[in-house]
Amino acid sequence: MKDLSLFALFSTVGALGAIALGVMFPALAMGRSISKALDALARQPEAEKSILRALFIGLAMVESLAIYVLVIVLIVLFRNPLLAYLLK
Amino acid sequence: MDENAIVFHIGPLPITEAVITTWGIMALLVLACWRVTRRLKRSPDGWQNVLEGVVLTMQDAIEEIVPGRSQRLLPFVGSLWIYLVFANLAGLVPGLHSPTGQLAVTSGLAILVFLATHWFGVRESGWLPYLRHYVQPNPILLPFNIISELSRTLALAIRLFGNVMSLEMAALLVLLVAGLLVPVPLLMLHVVEALVQAYIFGVLALVYIAGGLESHTATNPDQDNPS
Repeated sequence: MKDLSLFALFSTVGALGAIALGVMFPALAMGRSISKALDALARQPEAEKSILRALFIGLAMVESLAIYVLVIVLIVLFRNPLLAYLLK
Repeated sequence: MDENAIVFHIGPLPITEAVITTWGIMALLVLACWRVTRRLKRSPDGWQNVLEGVVLTMQDAIEEIVPGRSQRLLPFVGSLWIYLVFANLAGLVPGLHSPTGQLAVTSGLAILVFLATHWFGVRESGWLPYLRHYVQPNPILLPFNIISELSRTLALAIRLFGNVMSLEMAALLVLLVAGLLVPVPLLMLHVVEALVQAYIFGVLALVYIAGGLESHTATNPDQDNPS
């Protein structure tokens, strides 16, 4: 039982830390890319369409990093494959 | 999160809820389009206007990214867009779940995009020139090119799945801790997110296909592999 509570503790702490870091850094990257895009937009407003398209694609790329972290965290929290060894 | 809710079997084949929802969306779209296009008029009005607007908008969007080939790409990418919009929004209907909130569905779509990239690329430039672009600047890059092909397909599947699934889950969690009407703002976010994700999936598919199409000309090499 001690093992199980330790396992729960560590996996919860690990998951929370992972999601915190995994949201923080993509957020920084997204902020950078948005500010650069706004700079470019202010300089060349006529290129709005292509800038916005590249921005959206880039944001989707960056966002998928956070989504990877979320998927991993959900696996750790709800479907942890290592739990089977512990309960055996 | 009952991702494998099997409704019934056809022979040995289990039919899950996602498949039923997809069939429902397909039937709805086909019936609606059939009804609208039964009597086409030269000067469109009503629903014919709506459909033509949708098709023209998609055609313009494709034309911007892949100039001159929108007629060839419109059936595939347009189907992706329309299906994804309806599939993502299906989660808002009470009692239904988004089919795209399951990894199997999004993986299927991503595999389709993967195959379509090669299909359009080979049709455009032939087998040898198409395959040659994998060793293009240098044969050392071959493994990296292959890894990038696979990883961007995986990324396509995981992105859509993660977004739709996490939104549904977030609404569920807020409902659990807060109460009946509190998740409504989250559901509004779901509408925006559903449209944005459908758009992004289609645009990324388009960009990948464009990369395959332009592989033999290599006009703008900095743009053809954004993953």
